[in-house]
Amino acid sequence: MDQLFNRKYIVQGLFIVIALILLGKLFYIQIVSDKYFLSAESNVLRKIYKYPARGAILDRNGKVIVQNEPVYDLMVTPNEVKEFDTLALAQALEISIEDVRKNLRKARGKSTYQSTPFLKQISVQSYARLQEILYRFPGFRTQDRTVRHYPDSVGGQLFGYVKEVDSADIANSEGFYRPGDYKGKSGLEKSYEEILRGEKGVVNTVYDAHNTPQGSYADGKYDINAVSGERLISGIDMRIQKLGEELMKDKVGAIVAIEPATGEILSLISSPGYDPNLLVGRDQGNNYMKFIVGNPYRPSLVRPIMGYYPPGSSFKPVDALIGLQEGVIDPNTTFFCPHYYQAGNRKIKCEHFDGSISLRRGIARSCNTYFCYVFQKLITKNGMKNQRKTYQEWRDKIAKFGFGEKLDIDMPYERKGYFYEADHYDKIYGKRWGYTNVISQAIGQGEITATPLQMANAMAIIANRGYYIKPHIIRAMGDKIKKEYVDKKYVGVDAKHFEPVIDGMQDAVNTSWGTAILSRIPDVVLCGKTGTVQNPHGKNHSVFIGFAPRDNPKIAIAVIVENAGFGSTYAAPIASYMIEKYLKGKVTGSRAAQVEWMKSQNLLPVLKDKTKPVKIVTKADSLLIKKADSTKKVKDSLSIRAATIKQSVATKPKGSKTVPLENPVTQK
Amino acid sequence: MQQQQGNRFFFNVDWITVLIYIALCAIGFVNIYASVPPEKTIAFGFSELYGKQLIYVISGLILGLAILLFDGRLFNVFSPFIYGGTLLLLLAVLVIGNKVAGNQAWIAIGSFKLQPAEFAKFGTALLLARYVGSFNPKFRDFKSIAIAALIVGAPLLLIMLQPDTGSALVFLAFMFPLYREGLSGYFLLIFLGMIVLFVADFLVPTWILITIITVIAGLFIYNNRRKQKIIFSTVLVTVFAIGYLFLIKVAYEKVLAPHQRSRIELMLGLKTDNRGAGYNVIQSQIAIGSGQVTGRGFLEGTQTKYGYVPEQSTDFIFSTIGEEWGFLGCLVVIGLYSFLLLRLINLAERQRSTFSRVYGYSVACILFFHVFINIGMTIGIIPVIGIPLPLISYGGSSLWSFTILLFIFLKLDSNRMGFF
Repeated sequence: MDQLFNRKYIVQGLFIVIALILLGKLFYIQIVSDKYFLSAESNVLRKIYKYPARGAILDRNGKVIVQNEPVYDLMVTPNEVKEFDTLALAQALEISIEDVRKNLRKARGKSTYQSTPFLKQISVQSYARLQEILYRFPGFRTQDRTVRHYPDSVGGQLFGYVKEVDSADIANSEGFYRPGDYKGKSGLEKSYEEILRGEKGVVNTVYDAHNTPQGSYADGKYDINAVSGERLISGIDMRIQKLGEELMKDKVGAIVAIEPATGEILSLISSPGYDPNLLVGRDQGNNYMKFIVGNPYRPSLVRPIMGYYPPGSSFKPVDALIGLQEGVIDPNTTFFCPHYYQAGNRKIKCEHFDGSISLRRGIARSCNTYFCYVFQKLITKNGMKNQRKTYQEWRDKIAKFGFGEKLDIDMPYERKGYFYEADHYDKIYGKRWGYTNVISQAIGQGEITATPLQMANAMAIIANRGYYIKPHIIRAMGDKIKKEYVDKKYVGVDAKHFEPVIDGMQDAVNTSWGTAILSRIPDVVLCGKTGTVQNPHGKNHSVFIGFAPRDNPKIAIAVIVENAGFGSTYAAPIASYMIEKYLKGKVTGSRAAQVEWMKSQNLLPVLKDKTKPVKIVTKADSLLIKKADSTKKVKDSLSIRAATIKQSVATKPKGSKTVPLENPVTQK
Repeated sequence: MQQQQGNRFFFNVDWITVLIYIALCAIGFVNIYASVPPEKTIAFGFSELYGKQLIYVISGLILGLAILLFDGRLFNVFSPFIYGGTLLLLLAVLVIGNKVAGNQAWIAIGSFKLQPAEFAKFGTALLLARYVGSFNPKFRDFKSIAIAALIVGAPLLLIMLQPDTGSALVFLAFMFPLYREGLSGYFLLIFLGMIVLFVADFLVPTWILITIITVIAGLFIYNNRRKQKIIFSTVLVTVFAIGYLFLIKVAYEKVLAPHQRSRIELMLGLKTDNRGAGYNVIQSQIAIGSGQVTGRGFLEGTQTKYGYVPEQSTDFIFSTIGEEWGFLGCLVVIGLYSFLLLRLINLAERQRSTFSRVYGYSVACILFFHVFINIGMTIGIIPVIGIPLPLISYGGSSLWSFTILLFIFLKLDSNRMGFF
């Protein structure tokens, strides 16, 4: 019996072993692993996001220029849907029955128990109709959110647009964006995305096993209120922004206006422009293809900050300033102009006959010879040897004016322009090269290119007599002003050297021998410089840069009209209207009629249909073809080659005749 | 003398066991209360599960105390009739029983439902104890083993016919009292070996298993090459083991129902099905796992409150304990059961009569099977077998049958000094 009594311990031992096994597994799933805890959370917790209102943008006069408008999304929770009157829903929404079925299928594909968009951004009328009958459609509900609205319908490239995030945005946002969120994709909407978007709110709601909401989780302890995006105050003056876009209608080019004292951008116009409201709402995708991609003049190229133009004659004042600062000339230095300048075997023509010419008159008359001599003197100031070094010094001094590098404006995709260092020419000419090789840069031609922003900024520097503040569009976020926007950047030219140059610029506009005499503004001393930029690919670009008034300047401006010819014919008048409007509030006298005339001018370069050979019928046609040929060069003149846009030009409508254009911009 | 007379019925009762019994019932009630949807606990209702359970607990306690009033000898005397009665009930349920979820396991009398399989346990325990107590077999011969197998096998077979595999499995618990009374330990080893081979057969290809078995048998024979008898039995066991391996494959497909097969496959991790057959176990594990150390707190378990665990107040009640009371709560419950089981074995060993000892062992081992299988199932180490957690799960039949089972033993124990 004793032996069998010991079996008690075997049985009891088994009990203990099994109890320990159970406790071991419990220890693992309850204490070691947190997988189960997280699963329990995800079982019951649903986060419902509350969308904040996106921040508004004001112009310098306190006018709202970007705001929000309510829209309604129709949401559906597929497993709550019961049989419903498909036709009634289709009619209320003004869509086909097929679409109703298709959308429902799509929603089911995403999730059966979560609320997903059925139809986005339904019209106010549909919304009103739907509210009355919505009770007949269990599982459907409306959700309101806001979309952007741009009251003035201008500034497409300036403001940019917002768009639903794609998978890459979600992946890169470290959990901030979720499917269905919107994000600024270009312009100010993009560069100030983090301030404009605000903070999403979260309501944690508990759901039971039948997916019925059971109220707030932990009494809302972990809920977050939505915080609206902050309001931005810009330096834009909507009056001249609007005027500028109207003036640039049917023209290709750019306008940048800056308040010199603050560096605030007063207007930033890229032409052809578009109404930013086109890129809001359900038709965003279609409109984008039609008006942005489909426009052969490439509105997607934000010309003020991305377009590359040789600065041309407008570069001369800067050249003069360096010459004065370096002491190679003084205000009284004269050069003899035999109607051309010759260096070695290179000959640069001049447009005027003056004989001996001074600095002041040289600027006013835009004398190529004068500035070639200034350049020659600068590069050869240490003799004929080591011109490479003096070129590099000259280049660095010009670069301080903001050429050849980004000005770091608060807009995305800014480009820096070409302005080569000495190394670049080593590669081309070897070790031995001199001023004659790079002489075209003296008059802002050749290798040098700049954005309109850089040109306007150079004017702001002259207006300020020696410094600039980083150009920027947004001057305040809520109440904060960025410190970098009060920091004066000096360019290393003494203030005293500016007056002789400004004298010349004043004469250019205000004397009978100036190049821009027709753009004189009554009662305002406008100082400026025209440029007729030789365009190797076609008709010259019309350029004007300037500032006004001469004393205590309020506005510095750069205007470029592509393929429009002389600077004095288009760019200078446009600049003068903008300045007058800004300073006086309106364009006065007979000039008001000129504004209307300017708006009506169509200077769009003619495009060539590449898809089929052109049949010459008449003499007029052959002239057009000659023009069309030049447009190929126009496209090349802009250094950005976006493949998509090229393609859109290459696939123009086939039914067209000799001038195969059928797009909204050229149609009048 | 007068006072002794008044205490006669409750004299010598092991009150510690009674306290544990009450504690487990109370734990059961509290967790069933937590398991019903929150809107049903706003006002206390006797028509709700927890209300009914309270009635079952109170009536169970009265039933238990009433059993203590009986003369312990009666259970010995009447054991064949009790056994016979439960067999009749098991037969009756096959004829007049209600089919619930594919099992014909319930007899409805008015609104009252009875599960005869629950009561068959103590009927079987009593008769087995009677047999061993009366004839004192040592289970060395075929006859005594056969009789014991018959006593246990008859109700087992009838329950299998319902079919209620879970309840039938519990009857394997009777191996342990028989083992205590002299049944060879090889039976337990063979049983264990069968389970191991069954599981292994799913995880490892059969030919590898056969190789391993053959190699082990070969080594064993080589070590005992002088002892012919051992060589013979080893060869026999090896042949049986290999035959068993092939039998499993066939039996698995032919005998087990599809839902049983999928439960086994889920437990072994051979397939996952979080929405279908595996849903219950997954949700139960999530509930228990989310309890962490101290639990979510009474009525705070989200899995419990929002109905994510089906069958939570009955077979999956342990998930409520795990979620709301955490590892500490589980430790208390498993600790209470372990203490109860060990104590029952100790009580059984102090009996003078073999009848009481065998019965005591039977009670402990039946409880043990229930606890192990039920908790093991809720945490995913045993395939889903629908048997209740003793004294805690919701249900009158189960609670009362465990009460009867336990209190008969307590009565026998209080009479241990008596002779019969």
